[in-house]
Amino acid sequence: MKALYFAWVRERVGAAEEELDPPPTVKTVGDLVAWLRERGEGYAHAFDKPAAVRAALDRVHARSDASIKGVKEVAFFPPMTGG
Amino acid sequence: MATVRVQREDFDPGAEAEALARGRTDVGAVVSFVGHCRDEDGWLAALELEHYPGMAEEEIARAAAEAEARWPLLGATIIHRHGRIAPGERIVLVAVAAEHRGAAFAAAEMLMDYLKTRAPFWKRAIRRDGSVEGWIESKKDDDRSAARWSAAG
Repeated sequence: MKALYFAWVRERVGAAEEELDPPPTVKTVGDLVAWLRERGEGYAHAFDKPAAVRAALDRVHARSDASIKGVKEVAFFPPMTGG
Repeated sequence: MATVRVQREDFDPGAEAEALARGRTDVGAVVSFVGHCRDEDGWLAALELEHYPGMAEEEIARAAAEAEARWPLLGATIIHRHGRIAPGERIVLVAVAAEHRGAAFAAAEMLMDYLKTRAPFWKRAIRRDGSVEGWIESKKDDDRSAARWSAAG
């Protein structure tokens, strides 16, 4: 699946997007965050406080218990500050 | 029915609001809100707005669909800019047309609350000396303001 990172999540991870191929044990957004944290310092920093990072699955806001099955695009970002 | 635009360019709020009623005789109320960039007592040189292309438009359209399901609206235009925006410049427009003002005011307010908390935009502040102040943190007040609409629904 394609992963997108925005704002300080992007800065900490060090990439705006990448291709992810998580193992089958990674079933939810929360699992994916835990898996990403193990990928290196930047990821560990970005997901230091998982509750501070929001996620979207195929461009729709998703909670950490949402299933990632069949998802083509996952995005991680801080709470929104538009308007 | 709503017109949603996410763009780098400025917009003309008067023309956008006027367009909602042009040629119609059923519109009794047009409410428009324009959000501007402040200078924060002088230290802020610009905001840089990052967004999630695709999702930004879709999320705003979802918010507009919720507003349309909730109030009898006759039209809505929502424009959100991205990129570098200087103090005094416009950032966002919400314009809503309805038969009566109550629906137009309420829908405009709900749409702004949703834009603040659900539309995927992030603001970064640039200081006058050129340094990056950092990412603006989300406000609890905005969350509370947005929560009113789901609590009541």
